[in-house]
Amino acid sequence: MNITLEIWRQKDAKSKGKFVIYKLNDVSEEMSFLEMLDFLNNTLISKGESPVAFDHDCREGICGSCGLYINGWAHGPAHLTTTCELRMTKFKDGDKITIEPWRSKAFPVIKDLIVDRSVFDKIMQAGGFISANSGAAPEANSIPIPKDNADAAFDAAVCIGCGACVAACKNSSAMLFVSAKISQFALLPQGKTEAKERARKMVAKMDEVGFGNCTNTGSCETRCPKGLKLTHIAKMNREFITAKIVAEKST
Amino acid sequence: MGNSTFHLASITKKVIMALVGLFLVMFLLVHLGLNFTVLILEGDREIFNKAAHFMGTNLIVKIVEVGLFGFLIVHIIVGIVLQLQNWGARPKRYKKRATTQLSFFSRYMIHTGALIFIFLIIHFSDFYFKAKFTDLVPLITYDGKEYHDLGLLTLQKFKMGGFVIGYIIAFILLGFHLNHAFQSAFQSMGWNHSRYMPFIKKVGLVISILIPLGFTIIPLVIYFSEAYSV
Ligand code: SF4
Ligand code: FES
Repeated sequence: MNITLEIWRQKDAKSKGKFVIYKLNDVSEEMSFLEMLDFLNNTLISKGESPVAFDHDCREGICGSCGLYINGWAHGPAHLTTTCELRMTKFKDGDKITIEPWRSKAFPVIKDLIVDRSVFDKIMQAGGFISANSGAAPEANSIPIPKDNADAAFDAAVCIGCGACVAACKNSSAMLFVSAKISQFALLPQGKTEAKERARKMVAKMDEVGFGNCTNTGSCETRCPKGLKLTHIAKMNREFITAKIVAEKST
Repeated sequence: MGNSTFHLASITKKVIMALVGLFLVMFLLVHLGLNFTVLILEGDREIFNKAAHFMGTNLIVKIVEVGLFGFLIVHIIVGIVLQLQNWGARPKRYKKRATTQLSFFSRYMIHTGALIFIFLIIHFSDFYFKAKFTDLVPLITYDGKEYHDLGLLTLQKFKMGGFVIGYIIAFILLGFHLNHAFQSAFQSMGWNHSRYMPFIKKVGLVISILIPLGFTIIPLVIYFSEAYSV
């Protein structure tokens, strides 16, 4: 198929950036979306032009590094799909495809379609961890965990930190991501040690780095490739509220 | 309050919006109950006027009233701060946007809110401030005691077509606002529970229809019924 691409090009973090139109012929339906971009880049390189920069690593939906805003959809028009899992079958001959980077004050563009998501790491550093003794890994079954809790914690832990929730949210809020990270620990006994402080610290960091506030709109839930839900945000709110209420006066 | 509101944690602000909002919903229900008494014609609007008088003079009601104004102002200020931060969180907008969401009206909370605020100003200057601070409200005597005839004022207003239309529009907007707000308040407070949330969402939907319906049915009855000629 022949398609027209409208792609955000930006030389570096400081430049202004603009959309550039590329015509791309002979795109195969079997290509993944990123292979289509590889294909475009090959033609650009052979013409001596600079290739379009985009993030990717595993290309199988597990690492969270890919993430493009395609035709108005975070990760493109398919559901429960990362950009790398998106196939060109979703498009047809003659289509115009607009590709933009995630847009958020907290995710500045580094180059073209690549944004800096290191603020997610900062949020994790603020409280997304547990305390464990160093040495050999403890016996996994020594602490009994109800199956339901283990499953629910796993449902939260599938978040790959891609940032699509932020990209899709009209407020650029990172609540779904942060709630996933808080929920996965809150449900397990291993997470209890820091439970009181975790929600407060991670939310404080999230606010500090410039994400917007959640309005319970639920765009994040519809676009999250891993199916994280607003119930996780409610869980985080519960954790946060209890932490606030029971917290001792700081000295 | 402005600057410190900016520094409250995002979830704290949400919880404030939720609690204050739910209080305001409760007030709406009380207000609606009172409004219905205007339809009781017996004794020349006596019940409505006496109820309004009670609301205007009873000490406990007065204390609640201060709280109500305070809450309304908090709701507005926190709402505006949230919105400003949210706009600021995406300085560069997308060129192409296809939107999906779970709650449609959540996109328009600031807009419906602002229009409802304009309605409130008109509403207060028509009734509340007039009765409180001016002599513009006619008086009526029951059992040798004088009362503000707010009932008459209401009937007169509701005989004016333009006023009725504006009133109805305001309440449709309120319905949109409530449609998102009610269930959202429970989500904000962390009460999104797989067992109860579907029920809460239904209650929210019913409330967002019944409250506006209740409020708008009164002017419609008064406008179209001969019984209420003034
Ligand atoms: S919650 Fe979903 S959309 Fe957000 S970072 Fe995690 S996987 Fe991506
Ligand atoms: S490249 Fe790893 S999730 Fe897409």
